[in-house]
Amino acid sequence: MSAVFINVCYIAAAALFVFGLKQLGSPATAVRGNLLSATGMLIAIVVTLFSKGILEFQWILVAAAVGALIGAVAAQKVAMTAMPEMVALFNGSGGVASLLVGWAALYNTGNTTFTYITILLSVLIGGVTFSGSIIAWGKLSEVMTSRALVFGAQRAVNALILIALIACGVLFCLDPALDSPYLYAVVALSLLFGVMVVIPIGGADMPVVISLLNSYSGLAACAAGFAIQNNILIVAGSLVGAAGIILTNIMCKAMNRSLANVLFSGFGAVKTASKVEGEVKPINAEDAFLILEAASSVAFVPGYGMAVAQAQHVVRELGELLEGNGAEVSYAIHPVAGRMPGHMNVLLAEANVPYDQLIEMDDINPRIENIDVAVVIGANDVVNPAAREDANSPIYGMPIINVDQARTVFVLKRSMASGFAGVDNPLFFGENTRMLFGDAKASISAVVGEFKG
Amino acid sequence: MEAVFLAFVLMLSIFLGFELISKVPATLHTPLMSGANAISGITLVGALTSAGAGIEAMATLLGAVAVAFASINVVGGYLVTNRMLSMFKKKEGPPQSTGQPGASA
Repeated sequence: MSAVFINVCYIAAAALFVFGLKQLGSPATAVRGNLLSATGMLIAIVVTLFSKGILEFQWILVAAAVGALIGAVAAQKVAMTAMPEMVALFNGSGGVASLLVGWAALYNTGNTTFTYITILLSVLIGGVTFSGSIIAWGKLSEVMTSRALVFGAQRAVNALILIALIACGVLFCLDPALDSPYLYAVVALSLLFGVMVVIPIGGADMPVVISLLNSYSGLAACAAGFAIQNNILIVAGSLVGAAGIILTNIMCKAMNRSLANVLFSGFGAVKTASKVEGEVKPINAEDAFLILEAASSVAFVPGYGMAVAQAQHVVRELGELLEGNGAEVSYAIHPVAGRMPGHMNVLLAEANVPYDQLIEMDDINPRIENIDVAVVIGANDVVNPAAREDANSPIYGMPIINVDQARTVFVLKRSMASGFAGVDNPLFFGENTRMLFGDAKASISAVVGEFKG
Repeated sequence: MEAVFLAFVLMLSIFLGFELISKVPATLHTPLMSGANAISGITLVGALTSAGAGIEAMATLLGAVAVAFASINVVGGYLVTNRMLSMFKKKEGPPQSTGQPGASA
């Protein structure tokens, strides 16, 4: 196949990526958008396989079959609650692939200094994406502690790693030998750097990290595209890079924090919230049922706790019972609820909640006063009024869902421990707040039982 | 000159990416992310050329490992996105008031 034909096909693939991403923007067209994008990928791969440059197929076929099998099985088996971990792992495999592609490009002939710089960039970004994603996976799947790991000289250590990275990179470019020790140093330091940048980030900030790593995986592919001078890698990689940056930005705004603040300060390290004291008013399932039965509008506000308790199905069941009872039911979702962007939406979609019932924070807040009962399920920081009122709170300024302004609030909570950020939540002591203690799934099931009984 | 040309492509693609993504509703953030992630598996194309060029054993090895990882990214990414998206449904007709039991995970 001629080079022109290959490039024309790459243009077609790029156009399909663009249309695919565009159609991913609306629930009605999203499935088709994903298909378009996959078609673009298929075209790019097939054309590359049949290009003249490819002489040996045996390794490719074995490697691709193994990878495709792993990917397919993982995609089918993964539980929806484990989706953040899965996305982290896919990110990581894309990152390490770009690292290796950059490395392999060293063996091409006719590399210029510019090429060597882009090779180093793809190794660096790919390496950070890979090890960062592995740590993110560890935190999300609770293989390791999901708390922020902070130690005294952290910034100094990170600065040293970065300086060493740049130094090794420069030394490599001065003498770009295939077995240069500086190359291995760059690979090792990149992997180390990825670990170092993710460990100080706590579980509640994971939506930011996941989107940022997503962006990096695109930028890594983009750098690899420069290294091997391939347009389609640059186009597709930078599309993904831009998408990830936008999501990162949305997540940061939803927490009223700058990206630098999320990345460099362990959450809650600086300020301590004013102590809130008061008495909680616990209720049982029967009381909850009586109040819900009389309600004409109910909003569920889910958080990460709903995912942990796997309560999405019973929540939907209760929602349907309430609708059958004549109440208007909605699901109010904070942008950073859960551990990745849109986490709650996916879980509720899995439980067959129609997406038109999923309401964004900015749409529910203006009419929250007309909600009879707001049911908070495993959410804490995103409904904490301290973010609005207490200037000393670490989350002060973060936009929240103002459930405390609803007529009645139910808070489902395992026990009286503080939330992820270690923040005391004045919501629990509110005049109109009722606490329903216990496992979220068991509590909701009990209320459902009351409805049926 | 080649580098300048590629940088030009890069600049335009980044702007296009920003334009495309900025209006996605929050409901679709996860599928968008995993769909975009699958696209970043485009590095597979680079991996194929490295693995198949037959220049040197080391390059072939690096390329082949890259092919495996990138394939995980591409195949897994698209399939999981499709699986998520097929769950998003619009409301059809009146809700069932009977509320069947079961259906819990």
